[in-house]
Amino acid sequence: MTGFDRHSVPLLRDLPDVRGYFGAYGGRFVPETLMAPLVELEAAFRKFRRDLTFRRELNGFLKNFAGRPTPLLFAENLTKRLGGPRVYLKREDLCHTGAHKVNNTLGQCLLAKRLGKKRVIAETGAGQHGVGTATACALLSLSCEVYMGAEDMERQALNVFRMRSMGAKVIPVTSGSRTLKDAINEAMRDWVTNVQTTFYCIGSVVGPHPYPWMVREFQSVIGREVKHQIRDYQTGDPDALVACVGGGSNAIGLFAPFYDHKRVKFFGVEAGGEGLRSGRHSATLCTGRPGVLHGAYTYLMQDDNGQVLGTHSISAGLDYPAVGPEHAFYKDSGRATYVAATDKEALAGFKLLNETEGLSAALESSHALGSLPRLVRPMKNSQSVVLCLSGRGDKDMGQLTGILHLGSSDPKNT
Amino acid sequence: MVNRIDQVFIELKSQGRKALMAYVTGGYPSLPAMDRAVREIVKAGVDLVEIGVPFSDPIADGPTIQFSSQKALEGGITPARLFDWVKTFRRTHETPVVLMTYMNPIQTMGLASFARRARTAGVDGVIVPDLIIEEGGPLEKALGPAGIHLIYLVAPTTPPPRRTEIARRSRGFLYAVSLTGVTGVRRALPKGLGTFIADVRRRSPVPVAVGFGISDAAQARQAAAQADGVIVGSAFIHRMKNREPLVPFVRSLRRALDGA
Ligand SMILES: Cc1ncc(COP(=O)(O)O)c(C=O)c1O
Repeated sequence: MTGFDRHSVPLLRDLPDVRGYFGAYGGRFVPETLMAPLVELEAAFRKFRRDLTFRRELNGFLKNFAGRPTPLLFAENLTKRLGGPRVYLKREDLCHTGAHKVNNTLGQCLLAKRLGKKRVIAETGAGQHGVGTATACALLSLSCEVYMGAEDMERQALNVFRMRSMGAKVIPVTSGSRTLKDAINEAMRDWVTNVQTTFYCIGSVVGPHPYPWMVREFQSVIGREVKHQIRDYQTGDPDALVACVGGGSNAIGLFAPFYDHKRVKFFGVEAGGEGLRSGRHSATLCTGRPGVLHGAYTYLMQDDNGQVLGTHSISAGLDYPAVGPEHAFYKDSGRATYVAATDKEALAGFKLLNETEGLSAALESSHALGSLPRLVRPMKNSQSVVLCLSGRGDKDMGQLTGILHLGSSDPKNT
Repeated sequence: MVNRIDQVFIELKSQGRKALMAYVTGGYPSLPAMDRAVREIVKAGVDLVEIGVPFSDPIADGPTIQFSSQKALEGGITPARLFDWVKTFRRTHETPVVLMTYMNPIQTMGLASFARRARTAGVDGVIVPDLIIEEGGPLEKALGPAGIHLIYLVAPTTPPPRRTEIARRSRGFLYAVSLTGVTGVRRALPKGLGTFIADVRRRSPVPVAVGFGISDAAQARQAAAQADGVIVGSAFIHRMKNREPLVPFVRSLRRALDGA
């Protein structure tokens, strides 16, 4: 795999390069059938991201439909509880549909509309991207079909109902591990088959070029807003940014606008499942090796023969054996640090935020919260950290009532 | 040494015949059963065998080959065991063997190591359905000196100038994907297939073989009309799954092609 001179540190505007590479990672590993639509998509995105009418329309939807800008909250009680740097929460949980995913789906579905595609397909893990896509499609009068692992349909039943109520068709995926990875496989097979009529709306910074770049650009609204909003509280940049990483879109959306501000540290939190040594986790960057999956060269959880491994996480949205290629590059170049939070730590993070701030985070975002006590420990009280609260926990309440026995006198569940 | 794929196409051309290529999933339903199947179909008239090296996430494959790949993996098949199989097959056969696998198993083994082991085993070509020409340079560099052909795929969605470029880069033959879709048997071949194949063949310095969705003798004849050969995959796997005999099927394909 090629890249640029490894001694020169690239600027964000050079990422990815013209071939869709972030350093050694990314590219296009797809059936030839998809090459023409990928080239078409790339050209359309290049054109419309500079197009004033397109941008005005997208910004209008982000503001009046999705509810942007989302607030940046100084979490005073949480800060006190942790006894370290000031903690700010970027409130993506307040986005319409309950997660950051809608920033991307509005962008991509508008693009689908411009390309004259009437049918949109998507994959979903937690169901948030599926709901985001179904919502954007309803808004823009597009037909919508969502692939979802059969196991995920069970644990995120509420979101299945939400998608269906917006007129989307939810297609259960029963192949392989019956989770997000297999849903992406099925969506890609559908796209290969129906490429003339269909737009594939990918839910994270994964897949073949231009997706990782395009999704980053649509999600960068998160970090751009933080850049301005932090000025209400302090003069300089925050010292650290923290976000959970499944495919990595909320994390990249927060990080990328600060990429060239080298003093801002990035921390990505992966799903540590039952612990990294248990083998039952989805901590791709912490434990994986580079390989090719879903159209990109990136870190993967795989065995010695290159077979992709099954993953586990309490949160469906992080249960994925690969990761966006830009994160792979951030890891190798040292720009970001990746850690893992176990299922237990995520649950502790969920409780911590509920108790200190009265906010119920999604299980995905709860991983970032679960790692926060460890991440802030070496920091000074005069410093500050922004955590991306990527989604709200409503979708997880069914699952959580079965796990957390609140109100009982048994404290061991924390 | 001349590559066996080139040799077969030269021979067939001199006889005015079309190539019949069969795909089987490596290690399905088991390695010994696959071995028997391959020997049987070669004897019955298959000119070139494609052995699928199973991958956990075959995005270019339909349900039939997904199923056989998963079964083979559950049975413990590995690239190493398939290299060993090719080596054994080579003791008795000069039939060209082409490995069909996805990029990740190759990447994981390392391109150079993959090329070396393939060469030692007696592999003649490699097809990688998720490798496009823009990304193929490194694998071409690894396989070329080992005398192994990297066979590229061209699709109906490929714009004409790009078809020329792919044909120029492909070695051994050019794999023309008959339809926009994944592998698997279809009731009918797509309309406009003849025009597409004729166009590709005009542009290609190497022979053109048509694959994806070819299910029976009539379709094989139709697909071969403008091409140098056909590739039949899922229809074989389907029969293996149902324990139906393969030889009569090969004979019917052979008759259809030789009469074409
Ligand atoms: C609330 C929330 N956060 C995070 C994620 C993980 O995705 P990503 O890493 O792309 O932000 C998901 C995915 O479903 C999600 O629903």
